[in-house]
Amino acid sequence: MPNIPTGALSSSLLAKVAEISGQNVSKCMQCGTCTSVCPMACDMEITTRKAMLMLQHGMVDELLASKTPWLCASCHSCQVRCPRGLELTRIMEAVRLLALRKNIDKINPREIVREDVIDMPQIALVAGFRKLTA
Amino acid sequence: MKIAYYPGCTLKTKAKNLENAAIAALGKLGVEVEELERWNCCGAVYSLADDDLIHQVAPVRVLIRAKDSGANKVMTLCSQCYNTLARANRLVKEDEEKRKTLNLFMDEESGYNGEVEVVHMLQFLRDTIGWDEVKKKVVKPLAGLKVAPFYGCTLLRPTEVSIDEQPFAPKVMNEFLTALGATPVQFGSTTDCCGAYEVLVNPDAAVRQSADILVKAKAAGVDAIALSCPLCEYNLGRRQPSIKLARPEIEEMPVYYFSQLLAMALGVAEQSGPFELNNLATRAQIKERKLATV
Repeated sequence: MPNIPTGALSSSLLAKVAEISGQNVSKCMQCGTCTSVCPMACDMEITTRKAMLMLQHGMVDELLASKTPWLCASCHSCQVRCPRGLELTRIMEAVRLLALRKNIDKINPREIVREDVIDMPQIALVAGFRKLTA
Repeated sequence: MKIAYYPGCTLKTKAKNLENAAIAALGKLGVEVEELERWNCCGAVYSLADDDLIHQVAPVRVLIRAKDSGANKVMTLCSQCYNTLARANRLVKEDEEKRKTLNLFMDEESGYNGEVEVVHMLQFLRDTIGWDEVKKKVVKPLAGLKVAPFYGCTLLRPTEVSIDEQPFAPKVMNEFLTALGATPVQFGSTTDCCGAYEVLVNPDAAVRQSADILVKAKAAGVDAIALSCPLCEYNLGRRQPSIKLARPEIEEMPVYYFSQLLAMALGVAEQSGPFELNNLATRAQIKERKLATV
């Protein structure tokens, strides 16, 4: 995990995450339940628990630069088990939106292989474009 | 009996087998399925941003169309449509300010205050038809077929829209499979995520997730997996050849939509295709067990 910065924290970005998600990330008590049930945890350099800790310290940009928010499939496994009632899927969505709302796409629809487009159910594409493009 | 029905985009093409089977099976159960005269895409995923109301317009419009058709209940077959519509419905009911804003936005539509109930077909079978009634109409029990129920995420989470009162240990699919004469088999991944749309952005992670589910199902000794979501079907069924490229040890596994199993048990199997939409292992099993003409 990156070192916790000693300088000024990006409190305005953190306020934005709180505004978009409607969640107070300081409620997280670092129990790690979220990470233990996350289906994508083994692919995450920064686990969900660490992501919450980083947000508590205002490290929004660092989290955004990681793969973690984009590995979150919004499966809600963590959210339904969080003992603090934190809606983590909303927090991950807010972090993604900080990038997407600056018109930064995570995937380029033109690069999707033609055969995949033909074979995929529409909900895969609609859901993917909603979650991963501006 | 009649039920208003919202198909959603995928059911008309890539998951036509899910729809065909459901309509034929419900017909056998004496239910006339009335598709909404006009409908649009639900948005596929529920918007999780507090300040984003525009993505609630699509699902709420669908609910308005259902209400205007005179229905007090609208049924879905696709799990993602169920989730998106049920949550938008809750938002309208519970958030007065957002309800007002949404209604102001709807220029041509009537106002909506959450009058319609959103149900998934499994709920409809359990709560309105009843398992005993389903059992009575079974003419070709799926005896000896060991099936792993796979719920995925959107039928169970978040808890407020779960179709089962026990979202962590659901039993609606077990009851369903038992009514058809099949043997439901619990396995470790019943309520897991299939990898969903990660297949677009992190395909390796999605493949790992799907592969792990298939391995666990195989280890539980099942003959097939039953599910209700076209995206789960894609990740766990149709994508098995791609999964095998990454994980050659994976054995092919038949994957059915729950409605297909129902249609087969009720004697309308021939209307539960096109089976080309199912993976090869499923087609082979249908042939081998003479469940339908493939």
